[in-house]
Amino acid sequence: MQKIGVFVCHCGTNIAATVDVKKVVELVRYEPGVVFADDYMYMCSEAGQEKIIEAIKEYGLTGLVICSCSPRMHEKTFRACAEKAGLNPYMVEVANIREQCSWIHKDREEATKKAVILARAAIAKVNLNTPLKEGESPVTKRALVIGGGIAGIQTALDIADAGYQVDIVEKEPSIGGRMSQFDKTFPTLDCASCILTPKMVEVNQHPNITLYTYSEVEKVSGYVGNFDVDIRKKARSVDFDKCTGCGECSTKCPLGKIGKIPSEFDRGLKNRPAIYMPFAQAVPAVPVIDRENCTYFKTGKCGVCAKICPSKAVDYEQKDEIVTVKYGAIVVATGFDIINLDKFGEYAYNESPDVITSIELERLMNAAGPTGGHLERMSDHKQPKDIVFIQCVGSRCDSEEKGKPYCSKVCCMYTAKHAMLIKDHWPDTNITVFYIDVRTPGKNFDEFYRRAVEQYHVNYIKGQVGKVKPQPDGSLMVQAADLLDGKQINMKADMVVLAAAVEPNPGVRKIATMLTASIDNNNFLTEAHAKLRPVESPTAGIFLSGMAQGPKDIPETVSQAGAAAVKVIGLLAKDKLKTNPCTAQCDTLLCNGCSTCANVCPYGAITYDDVQVMDHGLRETRRVAQVNLALCQGCGACTSACPSGAMDLQGFSNRQITTEVDAICR
Amino acid sequence: MQELIDRLKELIADGTIVRAIGWKKGDMPYNPEPAYFTEAEDFDDFVYDGFCGANLSKMMIEAGKLEGKTAVCLKPCDTYSFNQLIREHRVNRENTYIIGVGCRGKLDIEKARKAGIKGIKSISGVEIEGDGDVVFDTIYGEKKMAYKDLMLDRCHVCKGKEHVIYDELIGQSQDTDDADRFEEVRKIEAMTPDERFAYFKTELSKCIRCNACRNVCPACSCRKCVFDNTKFDSQQKANVDSFEEKMFHIIRAFHVAGRCTDCGECSRVCPEGIPLHLFNRKFIKDIDDFYGEFQAGKDPEAQSPLTDFTFEDLEPKDAVGRGDK
Repeated sequence: MQKIGVFVCHCGTNIAATVDVKKVVELVRYEPGVVFADDYMYMCSEAGQEKIIEAIKEYGLTGLVICSCSPRMHEKTFRACAEKAGLNPYMVEVANIREQCSWIHKDREEATKKAVILARAAIAKVNLNTPLKEGESPVTKRALVIGGGIAGIQTALDIADAGYQVDIVEKEPSIGGRMSQFDKTFPTLDCASCILTPKMVEVNQHPNITLYTYSEVEKVSGYVGNFDVDIRKKARSVDFDKCTGCGECSTKCPLGKIGKIPSEFDRGLKNRPAIYMPFAQAVPAVPVIDRENCTYFKTGKCGVCAKICPSKAVDYEQKDEIVTVKYGAIVVATGFDIINLDKFGEYAYNESPDVITSIELERLMNAAGPTGGHLERMSDHKQPKDIVFIQCVGSRCDSEEKGKPYCSKVCCMYTAKHAMLIKDHWPDTNITVFYIDVRTPGKNFDEFYRRAVEQYHVNYIKGQVGKVKPQPDGSLMVQAADLLDGKQINMKADMVVLAAAVEPNPGVRKIATMLTASIDNNNFLTEAHAKLRPVESPTAGIFLSGMAQGPKDIPETVSQAGAAAVKVIGLLAKDKLKTNPCTAQCDTLLCNGCSTCANVCPYGAITYDDVQVMDHGLRETRRVAQVNLALCQGCGACTSACPSGAMDLQGFSNRQITTEVDAICR
Repeated sequence: MQELIDRLKELIADGTIVRAIGWKKGDMPYNPEPAYFTEAEDFDDFVYDGFCGANLSKMMIEAGKLEGKTAVCLKPCDTYSFNQLIREHRVNRENTYIIGVGCRGKLDIEKARKAGIKGIKSISGVEIEGDGDVVFDTIYGEKKMAYKDLMLDRCHVCKGKEHVIYDELIGQSQDTDDADRFEEVRKIEAMTPDERFAYFKTELSKCIRCNACRNVCPACSCRKCVFDNTKFDSQQKANVDSFEEKMFHIIRAFHVAGRCTDCGECSRVCPEGIPLHLFNRKFIKDIDDFYGEFQAGKDPEAQSPLTDFTFEDLEPKDAVGRGDK
């Protein structure tokens, strides 16, 4: 029989305001196995832990139930505390009476009742707990960064500078990401390329960094410290070692002249050949052939690039290649794109070439862009005189169908930037910005916005645009409401710029699934703790960097990239990791050998062996499951898939769980 | 039938097999029973006709452990069960000689009883090779019934006349499929939750826990069933109400989900006539809807959608609330 101590935490008023902690103590005192029960203001504090240690010694406790916050918060704390007093740390159970009880209930009586029930379940479980011992697993000293934008670049550089090997996997032909498409960056207006390109070059030349561009993560297995990742290197059709990056092939590609393939990098404002580098400063400076559009791949005729290439680098026979690499840690830096605007028909984005998104405007103002940095209307190549900016297109949107509930965070600042850059370029331009709120928290941010209003006389109007109507004369009619003056506005514009909401790169869903990293309703990756572990995924060994985790600007992205790198370095610096002792075990007498568990095991931890068993006097050779404890992560998938109940999880056995349920239903 | 007997005798005589699993005459003409045949004279009692509904594939779990090869007579639908058992490593294929036997649909004596046929002395017209009506010689005189009208419900949703695994085929099979497999399931889905619960409560209240459904089910092949295992507290738990005992069937349906080939043996053997196959068929329909059509046992290599993961899998949010429809 266990001797169980129950400790009920007030958590200041977090728990005590809603749950009658004294009553909980009184009621659980007589539960089977309980020999001691007490409450305290802050159980996790030094004094609180001291109380626990004293009780263990005085009453010879063999098991502990801590009624407090979630186990994710303080289970480690209390396990360490038990260990200090000589108790096996796995003899501790946490009953979550804060997040699952006091925080979500208002009625004191009901909440108290529930707290008692949760405590009872934990007590019932501890009665069946057994001491468990952690094992050890090695750490592969190499990190993978998925995504080669500024987030991925910075994370990789920081890890590489600390002396660890890093691989970057980027699905596009070049690293650089969104930032490479931008013109200038707020609030200092440095040229994006000027600050990004050196970093791209550094990545390319760093002895500790391996680049996999035009590549995608195909499969991930393993666990923290020991991931196995299959990377698909898509066929570039150009020999990496032979190519000098002279660009002759792109210049001579007949499709470049016909101009039917819209350039992804220039957001479709310009066309590109079938063999191309996305932009002049691409890293690596090796072109790819877009096989879907290339005449040679479609008809077998052409072959101009192969003929023209001075170094004979074009290779039509190249095939996709899959490489498998071991990693200790993985960083997700898959970035963002803007939402599709098909559902915003009122802004006439699909009707008029002069209604553009802000990212398209970046390209139109970029010296390397389709117009050579000369801002003009796409319809008639004339200088726009009146420009209207519409904020929050799809951001802070009530309709889940249409847009996103969150603030995209970067639009207010880049719109102020755009307005000032345009005024610098064409000082006689009239610029009007329609906004819901102007949000400019951040160092030198509000000053930046005020400069747009006060020095550049940009006309900011609080109000939303109802409709943009293309006119027969080629102009655009903007119908809007001025909320401060309470007036309807009809305004003629030559160009309308939409601040479209950002959203995580659509590919992140697949990657998150492969990594078993959780994502929220908006497909942003979830942090292990919103405040205290913001760059870690709840899945051990997976870290988050950049927009993939939530909307943020470049300075924030770079800081977060550094933070993620530090967490990775902290992990890779260890030689061994403690493994979770809550692993699966197979009862060979019950095992049917059906392989169902091996099929569902995400870690490949289950194998089958023919073993001799003695089943009640019957000696037989049977095919039975064997769990590799070093690989098992204790997810429990096998235990629920096993039809005969042969698979069981240490620390979360079927009996323990049914006992908990029984205690709750009592 | 004679061809089958001759061939089995021949296989034993030439040493290909040591024994055969087939059906032998029962105490009445409509209840033959599964049996082992080893000696020539055993075959005097061998029978294979329209009443041989029993799926013999599960018997190979034990027979496969015996010394020497065993021949097993499998109807087209039974081969699906056998394939599923191969997939789960429960049978020894090397030790099995599969005779794919012909089938024109299996018969249900209850259908005759419902039609008022009593006092049966003998039955003719139930041969596999025949195509006429079934003739009952009863103490009240001769009665006739069309073969189709006497067929088990499951044979009206037949999986087809092809054997999916065999070593040799004896006899012709016919497609007897003439009904909508999921019609009954749809009827139950259309009920309100209260109606549905009342329906199953009534049906399951007949259950006497004889375990016939479990014992006959080829998917219920665990060495030790969880319901017999003292390792779990549920086994010794007192029931809090009369329905709790019936959870047996619901848990059983979950355990065979994705593995059940819809052979219909559970409903055939139930002495209380509970339509147990409906639970399994509901799972099959849901699996088809959620993951695309899947037939357990069709391909021994194929993963069950429930224990396999693909990126195209249904999102939980799309499955939630579906039962309310």
